[in-house]
Amino acid sequence: MTDLLTPTRGTQAIYRINPVAKLGAAFLLGTCLILSIDWVSASVALVLECVLFLFAGLSPRRFWLRTLPVWVAAPLTAVTIALYGQTSGEVYFEFLFARISEGSLELALATLLRVLAIGLPSIVLFLTVDPTDLADGLAQVLHLPARFVLGALAALRLVGLFIDDWRSLELARRARGVGDSGRVRRIAGQAFALLVLSIRRGSKLATAMEARAFGAPVTRTWARESRFGAGDWALIGLGALIGAAAITASVITGSWNFIGT
Amino acid sequence: MAALAGVLGGGEEGEATGELLLDGVSPARSRGRVGLVLQDPDSQVILARVGDDVAFGCENLGVPRNEIWSRVFSALEAVGLDVSLDHPTSQLSGGQKQRLALAGVLAMQPGLLLLDEPTANLDAAGITEVQDAVARVAETSGATLVVVEHRVDVWLPLVDRVIVLAAGGGVLADGTPTDVLAQQGRHLATQGVWVPGFAPQRPNRIRAHGGGQLLAAESLGIGRSNILRDSLSISVSAGEAVAVTGPNGAGKSTLGLTLAGLLPPCSGAVVARAELARGLAPHPIRWKSRDLLTRIGTVFQDPEHQFLSSTVRAELEIGPRALRLPEAGIVPIIDNLLSRLRLDHLAEANPFTLSGGEKRRLSVATVLATAPQILVLDEPTFGQDSRTWTELVALLATLIDDGSAVVAITHDADFVAALADREFAL
Repeated sequence: MTDLLTPTRGTQAIYRINPVAKLGAAFLLGTCLILSIDWVSASVALVLECVLFLFAGLSPRRFWLRTLPVWVAAPLTAVTIALYGQTSGEVYFEFLFARISEGSLELALATLLRVLAIGLPSIVLFLTVDPTDLADGLAQVLHLPARFVLGALAALRLVGLFIDDWRSLELARRARGVGDSGRVRRIAGQAFALLVLSIRRGSKLATAMEARAFGAPVTRTWARESRFGAGDWALIGLGALIGAAAITASVITGSWNFIGT
Repeated sequence: MAALAGVLGGGEEGEATGELLLDGVSPARSRGRVGLVLQDPDSQVILARVGDDVAFGCENLGVPRNEIWSRVFSALEAVGLDVSLDHPTSQLSGGQKQRLALAGVLAMQPGLLLLDEPTANLDAAGITEVQDAVARVAETSGATLVVVEHRVDVWLPLVDRVIVLAAGGGVLADGTPTDVLAQQGRHLATQGVWVPGFAPQRPNRIRAHGGGQLLAAESLGIGRSNILRDSLSISVSAGEAVAVTGPNGAGKSTLGLTLAGLLPPCSGAVVARAELARGLAPHPIRWKSRDLLTRIGTVFQDPEHQFLSSTVRAELEIGPRALRLPEAGIVPIIDNLLSRLRLDHLAEANPFTLSGGEKRRLSVATVLATAPQILVLDEPTFGQDSRTWTELVALLATLIDDGSAVVAITHDADFVAALADREFAL
């Protein structure tokens, strides 16, 4: 939890990039890639991204560890689509509702690459985002309402306390003699108890924030300035560039299929 | 207190009569003039880094950026919090968190400082830290200080005036500490306030040793995801009280939970002797939840974690019912506990709505309902008034002398002196 709220600050350029720029780059890239389902655009994007991952400010170990969910999810999605995706061309295998065909295999490959091409950069970019910096950026650069941004940021800190609460609730149920059976019902009860505790913690936090003049009728200042400079525009540009390159390659090779057509 | 700080809810959250003015205006409209520090250290930390957290109030008041940081530095210095601005707030101790809250308030440069039992949830070292910080702040800032407290001795050297509020409303006494305590001291002490010179009565322990060993651990390693401590050796015998003491983070609670059969040991083993196991396997962590009830009972530090029902009576019935005791046998057990722990008038109340002292008594009662041979208590006297303290200590003394074993994790030196046969310092 500590790691999530106050990630280590590195010296690489990526740590100086405004989180809003990372958000923008990931968003642009993602939008370009969901417009079509073909393997050319996804693999072009993925290849270009792989070069950039070298500058992502992550150790190889951390990279693999944190992107593991994507590496697991992508093949699973592909297998599902290979089995149940739209049938076309030659049919290789058939069993009940499952039908592997030339078309479904191609679709599966395209999806596998796409999940990786969208998932990996998003995770990699956000691993180096400090929630506090993100909040500063959202409020100062994008001018989202400070009340909501800071409220959400402060609430994020409570997540760690909820995890501790949950563990204690679990142990307490064993201690009270009701930990042997009825697991589903017990977890429901435990979830309700956690809800009660979290509402209480939330309202205490709100009081503490209000006591520190949160929501005072004056224009709020910011102790940390959120700058948006050339480097940030460059990252957004990179995101757009990769997206454009992927689309261009796909259109030239004739594999572009606009989603829904 | 909340009204003075301007954080009292509006008309929909209660009724207000009369008028409260701060510098001639309503407190809600003069934000930042009043700084409030509350009881619970965990719920007052707002941001993830120390510097940002202190700066939060200034930002809200619209203080210019360069001035904010100079205020942050002087506030941190005033409370003696010597950590870097980037230090994660989650890694601070209770006493440090309270000093952080004080610094955050100080940075707003208030004219009035309100402290609501700021040391109630702290250990002895934490109390001293906060005491010193407040004393220094009161001297240097020139702000008015109002502190609400039921442990009078903590602030006695610092305050110029003591006000005693009457239970039904109104002011009972108002004057210099010496006068007020001379006049109201005895009355306050009977109401549960900790007044110097009126120490609560300690029970007479019979201390008849000779009970057999119930539980033992050799070269025990404890921890949750990583090992916190290892090579611990501890044993518990019938009819004795063991106090587990040590600084914050030393693993006292983890040791308690491990001995109680709730957390698996990281290394070594907790072994129940035949007298306790009564036919079960020797490792409590392997026992069923129901089997723990009559063998090892645990009272958690936060009573709310162990409440499961919507009424006090139903809460007490859970243990006996899990043991499948006959219905006719349950009622007398519960009635007896309710009256022994002064909870009879609350039998139909919701446990979550009780006062701190009542919650503590109920959490102890739920465990006693199944008469376990060993009682593991985590900070049983934390934040309790002197009346609950006295009752709790007397009750435990009777249980121990009747042959129960008690393992108490505690910071409370008085509690150790009153009850413990042995102290196990971590």
